[in-house]
Amino acid sequence: MASTRIDVRKTYKLYIGGQFPRSESGRSYVVNDAKGRLLANAAQASRKDARDAVVAARAAFGGWSGRTAYNRAQVVYRIAEVLEGRREQFEAELRAAEGVSPGRARAYVDAAVDRLVWYAGWADKIAQVVGNANPVAGPYFNLSTPEPSGVIAVVAPRGPLLGLVSVVAPLIVTGNTVVVIASEQHPLTAITLGEVMATSDLPGGVVNVLTGSVAEIAPWLASHMDVNGIDLTGVADPALAAQLEVSAADNLKRVRRPAPDTDWLAEPDLDRMTRFMETKTVWHPIGV
Amino acid sequence: MFEYAPAPESRAIVDIKPSYGLFIDGEFVDGSGTAFKTVNPANEEVLAEVAEASDADVDAAVRAARRAYTRVWSRMSGAERAKYLYRIARIIQERGRELAVLESIDNGKPIRESRDVDVPSLAAHFFYYAGWADKLKYSGYGSTPLGVAGQVIPWNFPLMMLAWKIAPALACGNTVVLKPAETTPLTALLFAEICQQADLPPGVVNIVTGAGDTGRALVSHPDVDKVAFTGSTEVGKAIARAVAGTDKKVTLELGGKAANIVFEDAPIDQAVEGIVNGIFFNQGHVCCAGSRLLVQESVADEVMARLKRRMATLRVGDPLDKNTDVGAINSAEQLAKIRELSEVGESEGAERWSAPCELPAHGYWFAPTVFTGVTQAHRIAREEIFGPVLSVLTFRTPSEAVEKANNTPFGLSAGVWTDKGSLILSMANHLRAGVVWANTFNKFDPTSPFGGYKESGYGREGGRHGLEAYLKGEDS
Repeated sequence: MASTRIDVRKTYKLYIGGQFPRSESGRSYVVNDAKGRLLANAAQASRKDARDAVVAARAAFGGWSGRTAYNRAQVVYRIAEVLEGRREQFEAELRAAEGVSPGRARAYVDAAVDRLVWYAGWADKIAQVVGNANPVAGPYFNLSTPEPSGVIAVVAPRGPLLGLVSVVAPLIVTGNTVVVIASEQHPLTAITLGEVMATSDLPGGVVNVLTGSVAEIAPWLASHMDVNGIDLTGVADPALAAQLEVSAADNLKRVRRPAPDTDWLAEPDLDRMTRFMETKTVWHPIGV
Repeated sequence: MFEYAPAPESRAIVDIKPSYGLFIDGEFVDGSGTAFKTVNPANEEVLAEVAEASDADVDAAVRAARRAYTRVWSRMSGAERAKYLYRIARIIQERGRELAVLESIDNGKPIRESRDVDVPSLAAHFFYYAGWADKLKYSGYGSTPLGVAGQVIPWNFPLMMLAWKIAPALACGNTVVLKPAETTPLTALLFAEICQQADLPPGVVNIVTGAGDTGRALVSHPDVDKVAFTGSTEVGKAIARAVAGTDKKVTLELGGKAANIVFEDAPIDQAVEGIVNGIFFNQGHVCCAGSRLLVQESVADEVMARLKRRMATLRVGDPLDKNTDVGAINSAEQLAKIRELSEVGESEGAERWSAPCELPAHGYWFAPTVFTGVTQAHRIAREEIFGPVLSVLTFRTPSEAVEKANNTPFGLSAGVWTDKGSLILSMANHLRAGVVWANTFNKFDPTSPFGGYKESGYGREGGRHGLEAYLKGEDS
């Protein structure tokens, strides 16, 4: 009798500090495919996981933001290269999770790779477009340059790959570090993307991915005093978004409000980068 | 002093063919001119025969570039053009060792410089401009390309100059015909192979080898929309005359006679390193070399003593030796020019001192040399020597330093050494030069615009500003 080979299934965990831990809470939740069949269990992150992720992101910030823009560009470009090499896996995951056609899945992966390439090129150009020398009326050298805001919490939109890439890439390319809550309905691809980032020379902690309940985790991030900004792009519930924005005011986090109607296939503008950058202006006297 | 055992880089990684053709429309083809030889300046060994592009060959290259522009490259989205440029950047990184060794063999520059400066900068340039290809609407210069660019580059940084020319041109959607210098054609031809490996569409990059006649045919070709030249001021002026009355857009990056100004409060040891880097980097074959040292009188003796002590430790010799600081002079012709101007320096009354070093018996060599007691009237203070020869003048006040620094028809670069930030910025404001280095020298970056004032040329290469030369300036 011919024996049937049994699949080795992947355990989906969190991605924190370059590692793939389970939720410290020991919880998971069921993720179904588009037809309602079990795909896998995803880790259900807790408040503690979120706080650990912030610690990891903060620890990574100094090194990552201190790298040259050229180096950050190359790392983000490397993510694109590795993603392109694993495109079939992502197409299969998108088809299973969202029930999209093969052509649509291919288009999303194409767009995600191209989006990473587009943002990679911005690393050493954004300062040249939004920074400038200021001709002040006095004997002073005066130069304004953008710098990353710090640790940014993100609620990712529903698009499991393209949406996630589109919110994370603009933050890391400018030197921020990120704690992102993946799409609650489609969390698995986010963790697979974590595997891509973990093998793309991206230092651990620059991107941290949590899966679980947005309503449960996001408030802890919104009120966390060591988080510098929060991107609410994927928050579907207006009441929750408003509550998160109120919490964010405690330490004046930079806030990006929900963007429910975003066409993720369209070329973005600069706002996803500049919203989470500070402008630093340096003065220096001129004279003998 | 330390004794160094030889540490030669292996040349086994490069495969130099006996003869090379032109790279036109994606293929290597025979040239119809008279083939010429390229030699290793470190030992006068003939490396290869290289085709000379005749007027007809240049015309074929321009036609190929035009076809590629019209049918492929100008129609392609910026995002897709970017991918080709990223591919090229990555292949350059992959084949970095090969490029560095070949560059040192054909040019004579130390492997330490070709490996650590020229080649990384080549890759970085393509990587940087790749990123602009799909972001031109943010450039401030529109996003409409010009068409076919005719580009002529010098022998001092064959690969870096190629990158400065080709990368922004392609990013903006132009196609190119590039002529490398006749003494250093080999790495441009290796770059052509890289374009093939990247599957760059045929005709987007064309490489025509040859000397002055080939260059003249290229820049005066009626179907060339843009001329970019790096080289001597004399040839630059001839090009400016040749394109007068046409619609061709021109950028020129020409000679220099940079002042490197050392104030009495400068950190002297760092300044000495900067002086050495400023004039002996790449054998002084650098258009922005700090060839005039202006040192404040109060510290002149100290600076000179330390400078000579440092110069005596420079290792001159085999470019492929990893310990070598100063390599070979690029050609017999250039060596003759350096010797001639140095003799003029002596005969006009300046005091000559050369580092005590043993020069190899074969090849083209010139010991690092410094002239003191130089006045502004001396030819060695006025003319570009383009070799490892430093002319030293003194000054007492900042305004005297500015006056002397600006007393030249050139205006490419300048250096300022002082611990006082406000003085740096004041000097920077008054120096008529396109690049001012403070407490450093000879720094280059793809993001940083480079180019001269006055007779050092016009236009900028590098950075966002470098896009201007390859765009129409408005969207059409």
